[in-house]
Amino acid sequence: MFSEFLQYLFTGITIGATYALIALGFTLIYNASHVINFAQGEFLMVGGMATVSLTAMGVPMLLAVVLAVILAGVLGIALQRLAIAPAKNADVVTLIIITIGASIFIRGLAQLVWGKEYHVMANFSSDEPIQVFGAVLNTQSLWVLGVGAILVAVLVYFFTRTLTGKAILATSMNKDAARLVGIRTQVVLMLAFMVSALLGSIAGIVVAPITFTSYDIGIILGLKGFVAAAIGGLGSGMGAVVGGLALGVVEAMAAGYLSSDYKDAVAFSMILLVLFFLPRGLFGAKVVERV
Amino acid sequence: MAQLSQFRLKGLLILAIVIFAVPLFITNPFHYGLATQIALIAGAVVGLNLLVGFAGQISLGHAGFFGLGAYFSAITTSTYGWSAIPALVVGAIGVAIIAWVVGRPILRLKGHYLSMATLAVGFIIAIILNNEREITGGPDGMPVVPFDVFGWELSPFGQYTLFGMEISGDLAWYLFAGVILLVAVWLAQNLIDSPIGRALRSVHGSEVAASVVGVNTAKYKSLVFVISAVYASVMGALYAHYQGFVTPAIAGFDFSIILITMVVLGGMGSTIGVIIGAVVLELLPQLLADFQDMEMVLFGLILMLTMIFMPKGLLPTAANLLAKRRKKSAGGDV
Repeated sequence: MFSEFLQYLFTGITIGATYALIALGFTLIYNASHVINFAQGEFLMVGGMATVSLTAMGVPMLLAVVLAVILAGVLGIALQRLAIAPAKNADVVTLIIITIGASIFIRGLAQLVWGKEYHVMANFSSDEPIQVFGAVLNTQSLWVLGVGAILVAVLVYFFTRTLTGKAILATSMNKDAARLVGIRTQVVLMLAFMVSALLGSIAGIVVAPITFTSYDIGIILGLKGFVAAAIGGLGSGMGAVVGGLALGVVEAMAAGYLSSDYKDAVAFSMILLVLFFLPRGLFGAKVVERV
Repeated sequence: MAQLSQFRLKGLLILAIVIFAVPLFITNPFHYGLATQIALIAGAVVGLNLLVGFAGQISLGHAGFFGLGAYFSAITTSTYGWSAIPALVVGAIGVAIIAWVVGRPILRLKGHYLSMATLAVGFIIAIILNNEREITGGPDGMPVVPFDVFGWELSPFGQYTLFGMEISGDLAWYLFAGVILLVAVWLAQNLIDSPIGRALRSVHGSEVAASVVGVNTAKYKSLVFVISAVYASVMGALYAHYQGFVTPAIAGFDFSIILITMVVLGGMGSTIGVIIGAVVLELLPQLLADFQDMEMVLFGLILMLTMIFMPKGLLPTAANLLAKRRKKSAGGDV
């Protein structure tokens, strides 16, 4: 009984950590630009796919990871510069459609370069799983959790201790005021997209050995990240982490105890329930609207 | 106001001429099939535009209602032997009730939270259709009997006589879908010109201001949500009969995105514009199919570029250009 529960919990926390990282990427871009980036999942796909194909070409693992992350970062900057910045006065829905167009474009490119097959990435360390109270813990899960925790710590440090991080925060609070004190807000927006892409690609790389990877995994991962960010409250970093973990655990429990066919339905029902009672998510800021 | 409704009447007339002129240019059954599909989907998009373009509320789950209507008709007519019209009406009433129950709480949400909630509703419907294999046939879908009126059947494979002329089932279905689209547009335009339409536009302008002058914003938002869901349900039911087959894909997230993209691409708030959006977005993959592997890249690129350079949509942008040019040729200084 307990071992079964523990097993579902491990699965849930692992995938939840991934959702949390995607949600953090959403949050970053949302805070800086108020854009919901539907291409967020593509950063994960690019990270995973580029690493797999580079290692297959004989590039050492570590170098492949670094190159894949750089590629995603460049993609993030390009997305902001070429697609979001020129449309700055567009409606919310129009911006959503632009990011959807971007995600289709990136997916199309990935399909051209890497094909339509599923790709398998080897575990980073031992394939031998660890036994904990009768439950099995994949070593890759530890990598996901460890890397996730480090990234969150780095982000906290970045936003509270560095000038660049504070500049992004300032821009998200009040763009005009930020510009007045000499912050170049266009650069800040670019940075936000880049950091978000870096986060996404790293998440995509560490989770690839568990989920496999293919050109079209980005859609559903991106949507789950959006759900996690909305549960936590858009714009809240803390909310993104809590929302991601909660979503992962609920999904794993639903798949284990109810039905794996309906695990996504449970996830989407959960977001509806949360929004019925807390229209701004768990940690969403109470914004007073000015008329 | 008289001028406005005259303008609207002109739009309806032009649409009617275009719809009935199309058969003069196509002969191929495949093209009729495409044109019929476009007309039916455009009908659903006209309904969605009432919600998005006029009331300013985003729905990323509208295919869910299209799918519900389609499956309700499919199951009741094909499995239980109902006649098509009662099935379509009961399905639409059912969808209206569901939309009203779901709409009340989620329309309180704003902006991205509303997108999220509608997306979730659409996903839940698609997941149920995918998994209740006993009733819906699961991911493989299910066959649907042809549309019938009082025992008279309309099938794309039949032969019919209209005003003494022999016409093929493909053409008959196309004309039927065209008439349905005209009715859908006429109803939508009447709604827009009614007090309800004015209330909706005030909600779009500023919800707070609307409620200050006494518009019951919650009521009107739910109402237009229900109306747009009913549009989707009816068109979904007809689509199911026309195709003769339904799969859960018509309720899925991708199709929801296609529907809202048609609205935004054609021009939010312009009934004729969103029909153009539907035509363009349905024809584009056909044109790009020749590029095979490049299809997805080109589709994404065209979608992105159009929205970046014409954020107001195709028809409003074209209308603006035309107006500017007319001013210039009239010798105005501006």
